[in-house]
Amino acid sequence: MKPIHTLLATLAVAAGMTAAPAVAQEQYAPIFSYRTGPYAPNGIPVANGTADYLKLVNAKGGINGVKFKIEECEFAFDTAKGIECYERMKGQNGGAAIVQSISTGVTAALLKKAPEDKISLIIAGYGTPAAADGRVFKWVFPMIPNYFVAADVMMQSVGEKAGGLDKLKGKKINYVYMDAPFGHEFMPVFDAYAAKYGFTLNKLAVTAPGLDQKSTWLQVRRDQPDYLLYVGYGVMNPTALKEAQAVGYPRDKMYGFWWAGSESDVKGVEEASKGYNAVALQASANRDAKVIKDVQETLYAKGQGTAQDAKTVGDVLYVRGLITGMLTAETVRIAQEKFGKGKPITGEQAQWALENFELTPERIEELGFTGIIQPMKTTCAQHMGSYAARMSVWDGKEWKINSDWYEGNREIIDPLIKQFAEKYAADNKIEQRQCAN
Amino acid sequence: MGFFLETLIGGLMTGVLYSLVALGFVLIYKASSVFNFAQGVMVLFAALAMARFSEWIPQWTGIESKVLANVLAFMVAAVLMLILAWLVERLALRHLVSQPEATLLMATIGIGFFLEGFGQSVFGSNVYNIDIGMPKDPLFVAQGLFEGGILIDSQELVAALIATLLVAALVLFFQKTSTGRALRAVADDHQAAQSVGIPLARMWVIVWFVAGLSALVAGMVWGSKLGVQFSISTLALRALPVVILGGLTSVPGAIVAGLIVGAGEKLSEIYLGPFVGGGIEVWFAYVLALLVLLVRPQGLFGEKIIDRV
Amino acid sequence: MIYRENGQFKTSYRSDQQIFPIAQDRWVMLALLLVAFVVVPLTASSYVFSAILIPVVILALAALGTNILIGYCGQISLGSGAFMAVGAYGAWNVIMRVPGMPLIGALLLGGVFAAIFGVLFGLPSLRVKGLYLAVTTLAAQFFADWMFYRVKWLTMDSPSISVTAPDVSVFGIALDSYASKYLFCLTLLVLLALACKNLVRSAIGREWMAIRDMDVAAAVIGIRPTYAKLTAFAVSSFIIGVAGALWGFFYLGSWEPAAFGLDMSLELLFMVIIGGLGSIMGNFIGAAFMVVLPILIRLGLPALGSVLGMQLGTAEAAHLELMLFGVLIVWFLIVEPHGLARLWSTGKQKLRLWPFPH
Repeated sequence: MKPIHTLLATLAVAAGMTAAPAVAQEQYAPIFSYRTGPYAPNGIPVANGTADYLKLVNAKGGINGVKFKIEECEFAFDTAKGIECYERMKGQNGGAAIVQSISTGVTAALLKKAPEDKISLIIAGYGTPAAADGRVFKWVFPMIPNYFVAADVMMQSVGEKAGGLDKLKGKKINYVYMDAPFGHEFMPVFDAYAAKYGFTLNKLAVTAPGLDQKSTWLQVRRDQPDYLLYVGYGVMNPTALKEAQAVGYPRDKMYGFWWAGSESDVKGVEEASKGYNAVALQASANRDAKVIKDVQETLYAKGQGTAQDAKTVGDVLYVRGLITGMLTAETVRIAQEKFGKGKPITGEQAQWALENFELTPERIEELGFTGIIQPMKTTCAQHMGSYAARMSVWDGKEWKINSDWYEGNREIIDPLIKQFAEKYAADNKIEQRQCAN
Repeated sequence: MGFFLETLIGGLMTGVLYSLVALGFVLIYKASSVFNFAQGVMVLFAALAMARFSEWIPQWTGIESKVLANVLAFMVAAVLMLILAWLVERLALRHLVSQPEATLLMATIGIGFFLEGFGQSVFGSNVYNIDIGMPKDPLFVAQGLFEGGILIDSQELVAALIATLLVAALVLFFQKTSTGRALRAVADDHQAAQSVGIPLARMWVIVWFVAGLSALVAGMVWGSKLGVQFSISTLALRALPVVILGGLTSVPGAIVAGLIVGAGEKLSEIYLGPFVGGGIEVWFAYVLALLVLLVRPQGLFGEKIIDRV
Repeated sequence: MIYRENGQFKTSYRSDQQIFPIAQDRWVMLALLLVAFVVVPLTASSYVFSAILIPVVILALAALGTNILIGYCGQISLGSGAFMAVGAYGAWNVIMRVPGMPLIGALLLGGVFAAIFGVLFGLPSLRVKGLYLAVTTLAAQFFADWMFYRVKWLTMDSPSISVTAPDVSVFGIALDSYASKYLFCLTLLVLLALACKNLVRSAIGREWMAIRDMDVAAAVIGIRPTYAKLTAFAVSSFIIGVAGALWGFFYLGSWEPAAFGLDMSLELLFMVIIGGLGSIMGNFIGAAFMVVLPILIRLGLPALGSVLGMQLGTAEAAHLELMLFGVLIVWFLIVEPHGLARLWSTGKQKLRLWPFPH
């Protein structure tokens, strides 16, 4: 073909493309990732899982033909950088409808900004537990259990081990936590349990990033508590387990939570962490679920996976990333069903979808998440769709689920959510919405 | 009483490691008046290099002996620190002679940024392990004297021993070798040293290398205890009160102050902490140093500051 | 040629002592202000406002405060982040607890709290000097972090220690758009910068500089070191405190103590050194440099990567960003150890003779 013909042909194709109705539209999906910095070992698998899930959706043709335009913004778990990411990404590529910051600090900063920009925040499993109250936090959605539920399940599990929560009377429990917002967010629930069941709760703060915990664990050795509740993040976790070993505190009496219950949290202390318990947000390290196989076949078999090491697919935090991606994708789907299929959704439509979000067991099965998450349903007032979580235990090689589903105790959790949400509303002069139900 | 001793011993052993990092600061400051804020990142970089090479060398060469792999990795890391020292002198320090202290401080922070990025992009930003076979289970001594005995963290005990050995070696190096003597001369007076024919540039390379070695040992010891990861660089901040408490220019000062700060912060956290909610040890170490400075502004062992007008 | 002062005669002390004695400078300054106050708000996008303009303005203010202490009085401080935190939490407490408190009042009170805090941690400067002082100011940093986590009263029992700034307005105008926030911060910056410029030209400013250049000699000629050093700490922390409150209210919106950590202190130190110690102009340049450079690197790297045919992951880009940033800092320090402000004045000198250099 002569050059001129090529040119003409190209022009013709281009003209045809512009003329064709409904060029495949894209839904912008920003991903906040921290692959560098102090929390990189935790941030990498989460970001990989999130990106992989969205890629999987794209590989299967998108949502009613709408594919995700995936973009990562690296913020190194630094709040100021996270805000810059948010400001940069919110208006790009047709605008972000849903933001998941995966950081309690960035979430705190966005609590006010996002509603102004009409962007929905999903905060699945971190940050601001009070946001479960939809009357105050119209634009914020914990969806799956928050830290209050984590604390509650930790207590229930401790109670079970003690042979009933009332057996805790007079017992000594230590709470070792990172001196950061999330460490403090667990306290109201523990305090409530301590008051109700009459055990002494001794709180030991560890300064971030938590590499030096010598004095904390010396105190643990002195107190010899009956149980130890543990809330840390990043490098603090393996360090705590090493220190526990060094002072000879039995690991099977340690109860952690989901950000302290992944493979990287026991790295280097695999042997010594045997018996350590952690609340799992989902089936940890699930390699048999359908969605994992899907990811392996669709992406990794073709070399399109995000993770450098395909072996990490199915790790605790990777699965956690899949859930993050799934929540975004499902929100888009639900919103499209209401507002028109085959079109990218806006932040307001996402808000509606998240408030009318329902995952039935059948839908979970379809998505391939059976055994990973529980059914959930949100309403206008109730932004936390599920109160269920399980306990997992480290057996020296991998994380094993060793309990049935616990249901967070609403008698303890709901009043706290209400109390803190109302305080937030009063402090910030937010008018509470009236919800029909 | 048993618990008090336990805390004290634990604190002293942590203190030895602080001394090790503090030494890096002091050596460089003595020789070149540079307050090396990048010391913490050097610890990270050295530890990363050692961790990754001890993993890679068996893969590349098929060496099976763990000890040999570790020794080789240590040597490779040491060579890297030497190259780093040379580059720092060649590319940065040489051009910054006689700048104010704040500018030099800033330059080392810049070097720190570079190393942080470089180290992580070459070696990765995950958690890596250094396994030099340190014992991990606790040791109980004096069980006859106190109920339950006194717990000693065996890992820290080994770490403290390694650190002590290195410190002793450094002291010997400074007192007994001609290079050591030359370094002390440079520390005393740059111009005088230069005028008797001591090559200043080479001395700087040597001193940065020695500081790099102490960073490597600190990184190895800490890394085998905590795992090697980004955050390890922040441990150096814990050594800063040690440096000023002992005096910026004093090697014995760094050692003694390390022990004081190590023991002081643990004791304060455990005995004072509960009254104010805990978590005080980080700033308490600084306050401790500050109190001493109010009496002796040059630190415990620093050279007396004489102002001439 | 363009920039010449021939024919500009000073006939009174007043005119000789103007901040900008040369007419061209006055015009340039006026034009700059016009651009900053009128042109920029009309043209900037919301991203430019929120990620560049507002942080630059607020950080320039914080750098101004830091520069008073380090550049004018010669006391190296690594505690600026703590002073910002005290200012932010102070202003927040005032505005939340006192009904009807105007924003300006809260900001000023926040500054006053920071000043008190600064003077307290500045007390050692009477005994301790140089790098020793720099390290002891870190105590302020770690103490402030601890204090805001531990003393629940200061965060009004917020369950997660993070606090959220309320909606604020000034003289009845709600500061809710980016442009209004920017203009408000800019106005404060201009006013405080003007005040500082005059302060450093006054007796107290000269005392600071005398202390900086040689404290013993200064004491010998009758300058009271206690007074000079502590006023420097007070003025500096006041300005940093106000900047901290602005940072919390208008940039972060909601914050926790970690937002004002050691990184912030180091960043401010960078700004004043890169910008120029002892230069008011330097603070603006330094702040702009420190905010814009990382963003430029971040945006530029992928483009550069695609030109070279490489796909850069976000992690690699972040590492490269750190490396490049480190290299640039060292390079700038080598090329222009007196800061970018010196380049500015060298440029002016050159322009004066242009196009007929000797």
